[in-house]
Amino acid sequence: MKNSMIIIKKQLKDTLKNKTILIQFILFPMMTLIMENAIHMEGMPEHFFTKLFSIMYIGMAPLTSVASIISEEKEKNTLRVLLMANIKPLQYLMGIGVYVWSICMMGAVVMAIGLPKQDILMYLFIMAIGFMISIFVGACIGIFATNQMSATSLVMPVMMVLSFLPMLAMFNEKIEKMARFFFTQQLKLCLNDMSIMGHSNETYIVLLVNVIIALLVFGLAFKKKGLE
Amino acid sequence: MIKCKNVAKSFDDKAVLKGISFDITEGQIFGLLGPSGAGKTTLIKILTGQLSFDGGEVITLDKEIEKLTGEDKRKIGIMMDQFGVYERLSCSDNLKIYADIYGIQYSKIKEILQYVGLGGAEKRSASKLSKGMEARLRLARVFMHSPKLIFLDEPTSGLDPKSMQAIHKLILDKKKDGCTIFLTTHNMEEAAKLCDKVALLNEGEIVEIGKPSDICLKYNYKKKIILRLTSGEEMELSHDATSAKKIYELMQENTVEAIHSSEPNLETVFLEITGRKLQEEA
Repeated sequence: MKNSMIIIKKQLKDTLKNKTILIQFILFPMMTLIMENAIHMEGMPEHFFTKLFSIMYIGMAPLTSVASIISEEKEKNTLRVLLMANIKPLQYLMGIGVYVWSICMMGAVVMAIGLPKQDILMYLFIMAIGFMISIFVGACIGIFATNQMSATSLVMPVMMVLSFLPMLAMFNEKIEKMARFFFTQQLKLCLNDMSIMGHSNETYIVLLVNVIIALLVFGLAFKKKGLE
Repeated sequence: MIKCKNVAKSFDDKAVLKGISFDITEGQIFGLLGPSGAGKTTLIKILTGQLSFDGGEVITLDKEIEKLTGEDKRKIGIMMDQFGVYERLSCSDNLKIYADIYGIQYSKIKEILQYVGLGGAEKRSASKLSKGMEARLRLARVFMHSPKLIFLDEPTSGLDPKSMQAIHKLILDKKKDGCTIFLTTHNMEEAAKLCDKVALLNEGEIVEIGKPSDICLKYNYKKKIILRLTSGEEMELSHDATSAKKIYELMQENTVEAIHSSEPNLETVFLEITGRKLQEEA
């Protein structure tokens, strides 16, 4: 636990000076605040931008930041040095995961500002689940990638699918059918009525299968490659 | 302190280390010399427990490598050949991470930065350091927890002579403090200056091992004394009494500018044994 806290502290200092990562964390919360206040159109669903950007936030920020942090540390040998200083790989991953999750949750709190008070807890709960799955996916990519370049090329397609499919699903039925298999689409459905209860079994099954797949791939990636 | 017996390591079908054997006693500076790709970094990784090996026996800190505990690993300091610092963080913040890990008080950070010649650069971002300063920062990180055994992988690679000299001084200071140092380099002058014992590694095999001066003497086939006279003329004399007499006479006449022996340096020895230059690229 102490070592994971050291990683969190280190990462906090580093993020404040890392514009690429910092922008991932603040882009969607900022855009949500701006758009929700600037655009009001007749017939537009309530909190449309909050819900839309929340799903994009889940699909982008934790995924890209975790993959980028791990791959950069691998590329620049800092991870090796940490491991040699007796930080265990799981302590490191836990530190990075908890850090990214916490920062994203802070972003989610900002995004929740305009929501009705009674929905805020449920909103944060849904976001928390989404961030967690996304962090595992990002960690898998970080483990597989040998450097930042390869991490980016792996992150891009995954991020596009997770972030944009739910948005495109609003306009196209075929895409909607495909998007159903991804946790971001199911979480979007939950956000639409601010509930995780009362959905069809499909929501729970897809979420569960996505969690299991993310954990399995993470476990296999970690077993096969560790943090080398 | 360190003992290697018939250590072998292959990656896929390629044998990188082929039956490496040597030992290092406490307080020694041991230099592993070889061109890029000879297997130096692989050997460091094996000796520090970062990489498993296929055969042989490895003893580090007088213990089998597999039996090293977390407490034992605290006694080891490792400086890798590339990067290893958080470029966006300041020198001081870089060291704070390791101070937290090793439970060292922050007050020691200023002290150690002064020691490696980075006093005044505490707040400077690591990305703004020169190569020599970055090497010192990496050394500061290694020295911070006062390890007994230090591994330095090409510590002066790419540095200017002044920075190189400063790093050499720090390494020799650590030896005086009683540290055992394992150093890899392809700079034979560095090895000859710093090391008590060197091993020449070529294509995964140790082709020669011993005291640098002993190795050079062993390959001194010419056994000649070269005199440079004030007239600019050079004379080659053999190792015998007649030559001694001749040198005496010339010196009495005050016509001797310099006297050299013909023993080769480590670079020449390596070239002779392997047909390769130490500084050639892999």
